[in-house]
Parts: sequence; structure tokens; C-alpha cells
Amino acid sequence: MSDPVSLTTDHPGQAASATPPAPGRSRHLSDRWLAVAFISPALLLLLAMSVFPLLWALYLSFTDYSATRGGPAHFVWFGNYTAILASEQVHLRALTTLIYVVGAVTLQTVLGFTIAYLISRRTRGRGLLTTLFLIPMMLSPVVVGLFWRFMLDAQFGVINSMLGSLGLGQVEWLTRQQTALFSLIVVDTWQWTPFIMLIALAGLTAVPKYLYEAASIDRASEWFRFRTITLPLVWPLLLIAVLFRAIEAFRLFDLVYILTSGGPGVSTETLSFHVYKVAFLGFNTGTASAYGILMVLIVIILTQLYLRYLNKLKED
Amino acid sequence: MAVSVDEAVATGPARDRTPSARRLGGRGRSVLEVVLLTVLAVVMLFPVLWMIETSIKENRDVYAIPAKFFNFTVTMDHFKDVFVAPGGGRSALSAAFLNSVLVAGVSTALATVLGVPAAWAYSRFSVKAKKDQLFFILSTRFMPPVVVVIPIFLMYRQVGLIDSKLGLILIYAAFNVPFTIWMMKGFVDEVPSEYEDAAMLDGYTRLQAFWRFTLPLLLPGIAATAVFALIFSWNEFVFAIFLTSSDGVRTAPPAIAGLIGGTTVDWGLVAAASLVFALPVLIFAYLVRKHLVAGVTLGAVRR
Repeated sequence: MSDPVSLTTDHPGQAASATPPAPGRSRHLSDRWLAVAFISPALLLLLAMSVFPLLWALYLSFTDYSATRGGPAHFVWFGNYTAILASEQVHLRALTTLIYVVGAVTLQTVLGFTIAYLISRRTRGRGLLTTLFLIPMMLSPVVVGLFWRFMLDAQFGVINSMLGSLGLGQVEWLTRQQTALFSLIVVDTWQWTPFIMLIALAGLTAVPKYLYEAASIDRASEWFRFRTITLPLVWPLLLIAVLFRAIEAFRLFDLVYILTSGGPGVSTETLSFHVYKVAFLGFNTGTASAYGILMVLIVIILTQLYLRYLNKLKED
Repeated sequence: MAVSVDEAVATGPARDRTPSARRLGGRGRSVLEVVLLTVLAVVMLFPVLWMIETSIKENRDVYAIPAKFFNFTVTMDHFKDVFVAPGGGRSALSAAFLNSVLVAGVSTALATVLGVPAAWAYSRFSVKAKKDQLFFILSTRFMPPVVVVIPIFLMYRQVGLIDSKLGLILIYAAFNVPFTIWMMKGFVDEVPSEYEDAAMLDGYTRLQAFWRFTLPLLLPGIAATAVFALIFSWNEFVFAIFLTSSDGVRTAPPAIAGLIGGTTVDWGLVAAASLVFALPVLIFAYLVRKHLVAGVTLGAVRR
């Protein structure tokens, strides 16, 4: 019984002192083989389903290929790209997307952080409150979109009904140019405020208590404590959440599709939705591919930014 | 000294030693905070409550003007309609739910089988340009679905995967693998590699050490990760609507969205179907609530 135990504890010392190169190398080799065998299936799937399609899109973006017309694709080189970058329509969609992303993410951040701050100051019922607040985030965009479409309906929607009983006028939330984009922002904010709240809460609860205690011994004001302790410590995490939301909002498609279908007119057409129209309703596959590649470039830049901050956070 | 003793005793925000005037102000503020929090909670939860209410209302109450909040007739007809077709037999929606279960389940299993070993390998071995590889993997997850779906559509058309469950399973697996790798790498990092070293000194190979000692320790993490992958696939809409069309293949999200296609919309049915669809997600999310922060940031932020 004691023999094998002493043998195993002996072993590392012996191996270290003798350092036989051959077994070490062979183990290293088998490790490497194992790493390749374990990683490559996952990478192959990604190559087949993400990288290859994107490369194909890149190729198509230099041609005038159309998925319905068929026939051979002719190279037009940068024709698609210059057409998109010069297009007034695209500029309009870019502006819509910008308003949407900035508006929604700002609202979410302010609201989400406020809720997180209020929850973090409670001592009881934190778990229950957090759970309840998180519900919207877990719902599918389809459910969220459909349901808000029902609630915002101009005739029998509950929002207008409540406004009516308050003696206020009716609003055509989704069918009027000025309000449709605003409604979209509100719905997105409703769904994703919990996301910011969740991450801000994680940051807030991680702030060490002794810092506040030290500050209150110094009789520091509430605002001073918030500004000098809370905010600097939560900010890096909050920034990650904000960037994450910005990327998600930029690529958003399903909510627009369900809620407004880009209308009325083109007032809620984001870039994602426009790409879809060019590709699947206009059947200009080549142009749509170029459009998509440009969007991917923006996403890559945002992702790089996100990963850089993430790295910074992890190193601290 | 007295102050420090008070500090040590006080559990809440340490304001107890302040004069009564400030304490009153503190209590006023506290009340204000509770009120504000309640208002926010009501606003955030109202749509969910309204959805539940609509799903159990009779149709004429659903369209009542002004909206009926309390005095309505309760009915379970909408829930029956979700599962049973008007003429009897299974409804199209229930078939879509079954498709969703199959597609989400199989794609999650595939992503887990591919992702967990990769995560372990990235955690344990020195791989060339590991950081770059991991970042590349994560960035594939950020691609706009509308953009990816164009070439995928053409690709699937070539190989006959359009309007097939296999096609959906493959693309969902591809979208869940990056998440699984990032999420699982965190869990693997938490298991000391010394366990494997010790096992290998006992004569096990590296593979056996992983299989017999590390994997059992990873099971809770794998379960949590799989639940998140399941939720992503279950909720996914963009690929589903562009890559499938027939009733036999369609998953629940496009099927539910299809309910509003006609001239009249049965909102009670939409609400009931949405609830049936959302309930499993909420239950699953509750089960993995400890890992939510990591889960919703694709495994990038841990606590």
C-alpha cells in the first residue's frame, strides 16, 4: 500500500534531476497532436460556416452577380463599393442606424446603471429584483417585437389606451415617420436595459466595502464617494457592456423586421435591413455582398475595440 | 475610536451615527429610492404581465377600447389553439415547436462536442498565436447575421441544404462554437492543471487524464454553457426565416412571426404562443443565473 505511493511521490524528483530528453519530447509531441486533434474540428466548422461564406461574399462583391438572374458573374471590381459609398440612400440608412445605436445604447446605459445602483443599495430582496428585471433580456426578439407591436397599436394598443385615460392624445407610434424610430429605440431599450444592469451590478458588487467605509470616516459626501470610488471602479466593466451593446445594436435586424419592416417609408431602415432589401428583394447579390463586406469591416473595427478593452480589463 | 466601533457594528450604509436631521434626510432618500425602483420595475415588467393577460382574455376583451385591465373573462382557448389545430389534430405551431426542440438540441450538442475539447486544449497547451486564434473565434460570432446569410444561402442552394433542419443545425452550431469555447475556457482555467499532471504521473495518458479527472469536474460548467447555447438557438430568428420555408422544417420563431401575416391578427393566440415559447427560456435562464454575466457576454466577462 505504501510502496506505490512513495514511488509516485518520488517520481517527479527523479524526472527533474535526470531530465531524460526523449520521454519529455515525446510527451510534448503527443500533447501537440492532442491540441491539434481537439481544436481543429471546431476551427474547421468555423472555417466552413463563417470564413468561407465571407470569402465568397468578398468575391461576389467584386461582381455583378444576381442570385435570381443566374448566368456568369462579370467582374466590376470596385464598382459596387463606389456605388454604395456614393449612394444617398445608404447615407440616409447610415444616419438612421447611427441615431438608433447612439439613442438606444445611451438610454440603456443610463437606465441600466441607475437600476443597478438602486438595487446595489438595497440589502434585502436583491436576488428577486435582479431576476425580475432580467426577464426582457431573455426573450426572443420575435416575441419582444410582436408584443410591442400589439401594445403600440394606434387603435387598440394598451399604450394609447392608457394615454387616453390620462386625457392625452393618441400617438401613431409605428406608422408615423417621426415616432417610428423613437418607438424602435424604446423597444430595444426595454429589452436590453437589463443587460447593462446585470453587468453594472456585477461591477458595483465587486467594489470593496472598505473603500466606502474609509470614505465615510473621512466624512466624504455621497456624490464625492460616487464620483471617486464607484464610477472609476465600475467604468471599465460598463464600457465593455456599452461596446457589446453597440455592436449588437449595429447588426440588429429581427426587431426592425418584426416591429416596423423598415417603415413607414424608410424611416426605420437600418443598414442591416437595407442589406436585406438589396439582397433578397432587389436580388442584387453582388451589390449586397459589397454592402455586407463594408458592414463587416465596421463590425471588425468595433470588435477590435471591444477586445482591446476586454484585454485591458483582464490584465488589471 | 467611538466612530470606528460604530462602523464595525453598522451593517447597512453607515449613516447611523449622523444627527437626526441627516438621518431623516437619509430615510427620505431611501424611500425615494424604493419608490423609484418600484416604478422602474413596474414599467419593465408591464409588457410581460400584459402578454400574460392577453393570452387568457377572450377575443372581444383583447380588442376592447379602452383596454380592460381587470374585468375580463378568463379563457384557455388561446393556449389550446397553440397546440391543437382548429379541425382537431396537431397545429402547425406545435410542429414548429418540435422542430425548434430538435434543431436547438442537436446544434447545442454539436457545439458542445466540438467546443469543449477545443476549450480544454486552448486552456492547457501552448498553441501558436493562441490569443489571435481566440480573438478570431470570438469575432466570427459578431458577424451581422444578415450579411452572413447571403453567401450561406447561395452555398446551401448549391449543396441542397436550403429548407432543411441539417442546414439550420450546422449554422447554429457554427454560431455557438465560439461561445462554447470562450465560456468553457473560463471553466477549464478554474480547474488546476496539476490534477492532470498527477494523474499522468500515475500512468494515465493525457487523454485519459482529461477524460477521467478533468471532464467530470467540468460537467456543471458544460451544463451551464449548453443551456446558453440552447437559448441562443431557440431564440434565433434571422437564419431561420431566410433558410427555411416549409412547415415541416420551420422552427418556432418564424412560425410565431407568421401569425401576424394575414389581414386580421389573433393577438390572443400570438400572446399564448409567445408565452409557451418563452417559458422554457425563462426556466433555463433561472437555472443558470449564477453564470448569467459570463453567458450574456459570450464568455468574455467573468464576474
